[in-house]
Amino acid sequence: MKLRHLSLTAIGLAGLLMPSAALAQSFAITNAHILSPGPVGEVARGTILVRDGKIVSAGADVNLPQGISIIDAKGGYVTPGLIAVNTALGLVEVNSVSGTVDDKSRSMRISAAFDVQYGLNAASTLIPVARLGGVTRAVVMPDYDDGNKEREAPFAGKAALISLGQGANILFKPGIGMVLEVGEDGAARLGGSRASEFVQLREIFSTLKRRKSEGDDDWGLSEADRKALEPVLAGKTPLIVMVHRAADIEQVLSLAQDYRLKVILSGAEEAWRVADKIAAMKVPVLLNPTSNIPSSFDQIGATLHNAAILRKAGVEIAISGNDGGHRVRDMRYNAGIAVSRGLPQAAGLEAITLAPARIFGVADQVGSIEAGKLADIVIWDGDPLEPLTEPVAIYVEGKEQPMQSRATQLGNRYLKR
Amino acid sequence: MGTISIQKGALVKRLYRYAAGSVLAFAALSSTAALAAAPAGDKAAPPVPAPAPAVAAPYPSTYRPGPAPDTVIVNASILTATGVRIDNGSILMSNGRIVAVGTDIQAPAGARVIDGTGKWVTPGIIDAHSHLGVFAAPGVDGHADGNENIDPYTAHVWAEHSIWPQDPVFTKARAGGVTSLLILPGSANLFGGRGVTVKNVPAVTVQQMKFPDAPYSLKIACGENPKGRYGSRGRAPATRMGNVAGFRRTWIDAAEYARKWDAYERKRAKGEAAEAPKRDLGLETLAGVLKGDILVQNHCYRADEMAVMLDVGHEFNFKIQAFHHAVEAYKIADLLATEQNCVATWATRWGFKMEAYDAIEENAAILASHGVCVAIHSDEQRLIQRLNVETAVALAAGRRAGIDIPQEEAIKWITLNAARIMGVADKTGSLEPGKMADVVLWSRNPFSVYAIAEKVFIDGALVHDTSDPSKIYRSDFEVGQPVGEE
Repeated sequence: MKLRHLSLTAIGLAGLLMPSAALAQSFAITNAHILSPGPVGEVARGTILVRDGKIVSAGADVNLPQGISIIDAKGGYVTPGLIAVNTALGLVEVNSVSGTVDDKSRSMRISAAFDVQYGLNAASTLIPVARLGGVTRAVVMPDYDDGNKEREAPFAGKAALISLGQGANILFKPGIGMVLEVGEDGAARLGGSRASEFVQLREIFSTLKRRKSEGDDDWGLSEADRKALEPVLAGKTPLIVMVHRAADIEQVLSLAQDYRLKVILSGAEEAWRVADKIAAMKVPVLLNPTSNIPSSFDQIGATLHNAAILRKAGVEIAISGNDGGHRVRDMRYNAGIAVSRGLPQAAGLEAITLAPARIFGVADQVGSIEAGKLADIVIWDGDPLEPLTEPVAIYVEGKEQPMQSRATQLGNRYLKR
Repeated sequence: MGTISIQKGALVKRLYRYAAGSVLAFAALSSTAALAAAPAGDKAAPPVPAPAPAVAAPYPSTYRPGPAPDTVIVNASILTATGVRIDNGSILMSNGRIVAVGTDIQAPAGARVIDGTGKWVTPGIIDAHSHLGVFAAPGVDGHADGNENIDPYTAHVWAEHSIWPQDPVFTKARAGGVTSLLILPGSANLFGGRGVTVKNVPAVTVQQMKFPDAPYSLKIACGENPKGRYGSRGRAPATRMGNVAGFRRTWIDAAEYARKWDAYERKRAKGEAAEAPKRDLGLETLAGVLKGDILVQNHCYRADEMAVMLDVGHEFNFKIQAFHHAVEAYKIADLLATEQNCVATWATRWGFKMEAYDAIEENAAILASHGVCVAIHSDEQRLIQRLNVETAVALAAGRRAGIDIPQEEAIKWITLNAARIMGVADKTGSLEPGKMADVVLWSRNPFSVYAIAEKVFIDGALVHDTSDPSKIYRSDFEVGQPVGEE
């Protein structure tokens, strides 16, 4: 975890809390039916040893130290915590209440420089709701403000990874990607046509290649925007491209090739039609398998089989929930829907755990039950992709999470009447 | 929790009495032809004339079921939506009707026999709240036909006059097992217009989809949508109290209109000279509600607003058939049980606006445990394809809260109870002899995320079959397009 974004006070506080917290974050989960991508895989009767919030060892044969506190999973499935993609968690409370929505910028001078890490609200009631769906980390992405039709904004801004663990600081890793939308909606913000949009994008990257950021440029990018694009151009920060149509995906791939950009596709309903090309360039895809409506002429080819076809072609996929905030918890059902249409079962779980961790460069820390990783762990009462299944216990960095949300509290209040 | 009480009233056609105590007769209201057929003051009329001659309602259904050979599904687990599960069961369909359901059924000679080993059978899924065809895909301006949102009082519009049968999502809903649906106008207006119940069959005209003899519905909307839509344009309603005032004023007009027609009908019945009042399309629909012929479907999120709407109903003597969305219904479960309103809601949608902030996954289970008739509805294009999964989420939430509702009951949330909301529970919604053979064969337990509706029957006709994907119906819109596998 990067500490540079924590205030000094926060570091001091974390230091103070460490001894007792560390104590609570050491335990063993026994009698666990481990389901994890990575080297541990499926272990019908396994043990997971956690010390100081990290996984020390996991598998069928784990030696437990004397006196360690034991959590008996009673044969239940135990998986890594789920990692959500395409969310606005921490940025949105009530969509229609604009004061609670912090995922977009109206500023003419903040486009690529927009950075979600400064808008995060750890107290959002959406976070426990998502967490009760087994979600322990989330990719938080910016969106576009289309209220001002005059505003030409190529980029939505910088994404971040957050932790869904209870606590004041939810930022896990900032600056994990730069969000760009192309296609029908993207083009509407850049000249009104794709033929204009891709020219402008190419001009932006060409200009940036030639000279370093200095003052505002002809393409409506402020100095801050141009600075924010430097790691993208250097191939360090991935460009997360929201795109739907197969032809647009091909344009994005050639843009990536020409400017040596690291690219992640998002949405990508017609990606199955160009699966081999995407696989050849090792470009990962973030998708919602249930997005099968031809809701625009951009996605006439949308199908429930997208995830299975892409995976078969060798494309790395991560599966999202049904919106950016309130229905993030649906992501595990969506993985199940993809499995029902041919995605292998293990790949379904991987697409909501290790795959997103790899895609966003944090697979050394999270995404699987594996020695050395943070103890983000969920114990379930059944198959984690099934809606009839519920989590029994949830741990974030070894810390047991409360099994309630504002919604469950409301339910309890009225149940007692 | 104990067993869930079975709503015995479901199959009983509800009679609703008018304020003055007289049952209004509006049989002829819907057609000027009827009025012409019985000229006022005709001395040749019989001394005690029959009610105005029944004429076909306008825009009649031309629905004809597809070919329905005798079919028996054998050795399946059957959720009948009558509160039971039959293991190793069989179901026999003949002439579009369910003939028998049980464990000891003889297939007639020549019947098509389908092996249901390891599979599950349920009634056809019914969505009590859909906008398919009126907000068709692709969602372009040219397809935005669900909200006549230039005036809050549009009881005169009919959703069926907007429905585009080529909406490709009808096929996707069929693939999710949906056999019947109530298509409603949107919720921008206080009075949104008439909704229509359709059978989910491939069709070229909406008349070919109209569910025969299903009652009409009137869509009304509380809360943020009407007040937000019109208040922001500097006109009424701008507040919730403005919404309610708008309802009350209009029902006063409707009652007056109904009285005029009532007086006319009485005179005519006595053979006296009488001139028919001029028809008013909007008030005609509202008068149909007061008479009990048209069902009120009320978009309403908050508990306090539902309670106010119940009192509006009391003031003007109409019943609210169902509160839709109704995410706070759990706060007034006892009231809704007493008033005998149904609730159509979701499990997973919440927080998208202020009035949806208190939505909880447990809503349906809490209501069911109080004996309220509950349905899980979609209101959207993706959810309609997996109402079974949404119901499973609601079930799991109930169990978490200590309300363990059996699947035999929960299946009603997307079948019989939805049919009840639409006024067609005597015809479909459960697997009982004599009912329409609207049936789904699932690859496994329908509350599993992995379950696929392999075969879907509507009136005994096989309308969706995954065994041959090339034969799955695609709408005209998709012809010649690079569509993916359904």
